[in-house]
Amino acid sequence: MSLQSLDIKRLSATTVEPPSAREPITGTVAKLIDVTKCIGCKACQTACMEWNDLRDEVGENHGTYDNPRDMSEHSWTVMRFSEYENPNGNLEWLIRKDGCMHCEDPGCLKACPSPGAIVQYTNGIVDFHEENCIGCGYCVSGCPFDVPRISKKDNRAYKCTLCSDRVAVGQEPACVKSCPTGAIVFGTKEDMKQHAAERIIDLKSRGFDQAGLYDPAGVGGTHVMYVLHHADNPSLYHGLPNKPRISPMIGVWKGLAKPLAVASMAAAALIGFFHYTRIGPNEVSEEEEREAIEEAQASKEAHHE
Amino acid sequence: MSNEKENLQIERYTPNDRSFHWATAISFILLAISGLAMFHPALFWLSNLLGGGQWTRILHPFIGLLMFGLFAILVFRFWHHNLMEPVDWQWLKQIDDVLNNREEKLPHIGRYNAGQKLLFFTLLGCMIGLLLSGLVIWRAYFSWIFPIGIIRFSALLHAFCAFILITSIIVHIYAAIWVKGSIGAMVRGKVSFGWARKHHRLWFDEIVKTPNEKQ
Amino acid sequence: MRAPKKPLRPNQLSYWKNYRAFHVSLMKSWFGDAAQASNNWGYDYLPKLDKPYDLMQAIELMHQGKMNGYITQGFNILASAPNSKKVSEGLSKLKFLVVMDPLAVETAEFWKPHGEFNDVDPSKIQTEVFRLPTSCFAEESGSLVSSSRVLQWHWQGAEPPGEARSDIDIMSGLFLRLRSLYKTEGGKFPDPILNLTWPYAKSYSPRPEELAREFNGRALADVVDPKDATKVLVKKGEQLAGFAQLRDDGSTTSGCWIFCGSWPQTGNNMARRDNSDPTGIGQTLNWAWAWPANRRVLYNRASCDVNGKPFDPTRKLISWNGTAWTGADVPDYKADEPPENGMGPFIMTPEGVGCFFASKAMNEGPFPEHYEPFENPLGYNPLHPKNPRATSNPAARLFAGDREQLGTHEEYPHVATSYRLTEHFNYWTKHAKLNAIVQPEQFVEIGEELAKSVGVKAGDRVKVSSKRGHMVAKAVVTKRIKPLTIEGKTVQTVGLPHHWGFAGVAKPGYFVNTLTPEVGDANTQTPEFKSFLVKVEKA
Repeated sequence: MSLQSLDIKRLSATTVEPPSAREPITGTVAKLIDVTKCIGCKACQTACMEWNDLRDEVGENHGTYDNPRDMSEHSWTVMRFSEYENPNGNLEWLIRKDGCMHCEDPGCLKACPSPGAIVQYTNGIVDFHEENCIGCGYCVSGCPFDVPRISKKDNRAYKCTLCSDRVAVGQEPACVKSCPTGAIVFGTKEDMKQHAAERIIDLKSRGFDQAGLYDPAGVGGTHVMYVLHHADNPSLYHGLPNKPRISPMIGVWKGLAKPLAVASMAAAALIGFFHYTRIGPNEVSEEEEREAIEEAQASKEAHHE
Repeated sequence: MSNEKENLQIERYTPNDRSFHWATAISFILLAISGLAMFHPALFWLSNLLGGGQWTRILHPFIGLLMFGLFAILVFRFWHHNLMEPVDWQWLKQIDDVLNNREEKLPHIGRYNAGQKLLFFTLLGCMIGLLLSGLVIWRAYFSWIFPIGIIRFSALLHAFCAFILITSIIVHIYAAIWVKGSIGAMVRGKVSFGWARKHHRLWFDEIVKTPNEKQ
Repeated sequence: MRAPKKPLRPNQLSYWKNYRAFHVSLMKSWFGDAAQASNNWGYDYLPKLDKPYDLMQAIELMHQGKMNGYITQGFNILASAPNSKKVSEGLSKLKFLVVMDPLAVETAEFWKPHGEFNDVDPSKIQTEVFRLPTSCFAEESGSLVSSSRVLQWHWQGAEPPGEARSDIDIMSGLFLRLRSLYKTEGGKFPDPILNLTWPYAKSYSPRPEELAREFNGRALADVVDPKDATKVLVKKGEQLAGFAQLRDDGSTTSGCWIFCGSWPQTGNNMARRDNSDPTGIGQTLNWAWAWPANRRVLYNRASCDVNGKPFDPTRKLISWNGTAWTGADVPDYKADEPPENGMGPFIMTPEGVGCFFASKAMNEGPFPEHYEPFENPLGYNPLHPKNPRATSNPAARLFAGDREQLGTHEEYPHVATSYRLTEHFNYWTKHAKLNAIVQPEQFVEIGEELAKSVGVKAGDRVKVSSKRGHMVAKAVVTKRIKPLTIEGKTVQTVGLPHHWGFAGVAKPGYFVNTLTPEVGDANTQTPEFKSFLVKVEKA
């Protein structure tokens, strides 16, 4: 929210190019979540609530360690716990920090009808500007990861901001700062990919042959990435999409459909105008009126007899 | 002009016919404005006519329900006039004569021409499509019930049906302007004998045979 | 008082041999001039232990109606002690209870009904309860001693809210009033109370710094070098630099000998914040201060071989340089003792070595042995299946009536264990909104097989009972708890995270200690919180 207008790469519902004179020399930022180091302590959830002044409800236990059970306008990140019995018969407790992936090609931004309600900064962060949000929920359809949550109270969409306010003044996001195992790290995307590569070498040396980086190309890559033990099957981690992409239905709806529909409707009106000014109105002449009245009277007389 | 007024002797639409039609039309206009505002960024400024982005989003589905209800009443009133008959297909084959004002070459048709009948069914299909898809994408109350794939498809279907609907209404309004006397029918309820005989001969024949002027 | 331990092998340090100096200095810090050689340093002022006075003993005394009043200071006894029902009954027999705590803990409301979670009848309870709100750690200055033995000083960050006062102020208030009452009204033996030193600038509000200087200790008369009486090591009135300066002749005072050196004459070592680590091994000797003597790794002589050379040359902690032991840490050893003299690293024991054979140290005998917990799933000890008297520790203490409250595996077939969650800390954090949000409600963990057998799926409520009581909570069904096969028998485990109670902003729950048995370790009296028998039913 606090980066200035020259740092905007894309705006929702805006057909013209935003100010694009400058680009960050160090490239974009990224948050790397190493699931293999996460202990599910929820320090990140707590730090996020503290920094952003959010307090969700004190809910109930639903039979898992997941609390709250889902993201909401007050919980922008939650831990998802999955128990996985691997092919060797060993149990793995897979714990994933769920939240906005800050896609390079954001589906939410593409779907949003309100100009400036969703902003992508040049550093890669995708932020909601809730004062412009109309509460339609199109962002929910656009997102391949089921992230945005609409508040029932103010009817606006909320999600992780990648602490854009902290990043704007050179600080790391709150979750990064609070993580006790260093599972969450932050820096330039290039540095984070390098860091991930080193982690993956280490994991492979310890028997995790399928360890890898989750940085899905289907959405242009993301500014929140995961190091996974089982990068060949992301859905093990509580339904993380294996090959996420913006749904083609959204692509058409917010792509070709827009100019095509508007052009067609405008064309229909113009065709009518030009038809009228070429062919002229369809009128009943006085003679046709007279004929009609005569026929009516004749018919009435015939009927009476 | 006074001649026209004197000639307006046949009641084509009762006061209730007209009111339901105009109520439907007004709600359509509001829906088109609010819908287009949310469809295309270049038209987002239209949301100001309904009080802003949030109000546009709030009101659109409620007005949609209203329009569907009003349209349903129109359907119940007029559906039996809109069933296709063999003469309608012939009329369609001669669409060139229709568009070039060569009405004398056309077969005699009833209360509604094929164009109007096709409009009726197109609108009916669109309205149903809009209602069902609209309920699915009504985020505030119903979307939570449906899987995301259904919601995405419904968003696309809603836009498509709306596009067809708006385009159809543009044609409908144009036709009303083009065929003089049509607007009078829906504003005052009456048409002249000449209008009826020229455009809907079979309907005219039925009217003039019965003792009262009502259809 | 046990005799100070003389070395039992040649050249061993057996540092407890200096016990007299530690004891006398302690008595001087408590009783000042009233502790002299003539009155055996006030030895008669001290209550003598006829038996252990641990937590469970205290509860037993309450339960027998033998205790008039009880003060809990930062201790939520109703939640934390085993067998909550017995604790509640005990508290109900007290004449008064004083609860000093920054939180509104359940102990202060033991008398108040809270539905199923505290089913009591206040009309039958006459205990007068005083709730005195205290400040919390960030609202006071002081030292925090961690499990790595580091004493780190912290400064007050905020004023305590409302009527809350520091523990020191509250204790001072109680003491001054009691002393005044004893002065005017007399009593059976008021001397220890009347003669207690209270040398603080403001008697009603001692400063933490005054207390810290007291537990370091100072010289009451010039302290001289034992080898050269002309050499004054510490001038009268000055703070001591270390426990080697403690004397048994009444010339030194120190509230805690192992803390001696934390606040020397040069100032508060605990407040130091130099985190330099010159050798890179991970030792920051000038960051705060560790007991004893700022040694960061205990028994660090053991990092070197018999010749004084480090076993791992890449990680040198200390080593012998020909004349002294030096290195990245303070040697936990006599600094000038040559290695060839054979002094062992374990300088506190009379033998200088660690022991497998703990002569006189363990109540059940000197050799390691396995005993089953008092509630066990077999009913016998697999190492001694035919000796019923060797099933559980024969030296453990059971009060009258405790044995009847122990369950058997026929009635309670599953093994329960209590543990903690990362989202909560004991019974504190259920009072904190953020913690309550991330872990809102009590649950028990059961394996899939047990869940199936009682017809429970994740999220259903279950009733868990032991011989001593029951609780009802949500069930988390997990693959992480697998059935155990013990001596051919399948035994199910029930996991009980213990952070719940009826007070706080989290959803109210039962104390897990409703279920636990009131039997403790034969040596430490630590209750058997971690292994007892329960049964599970769908609620």
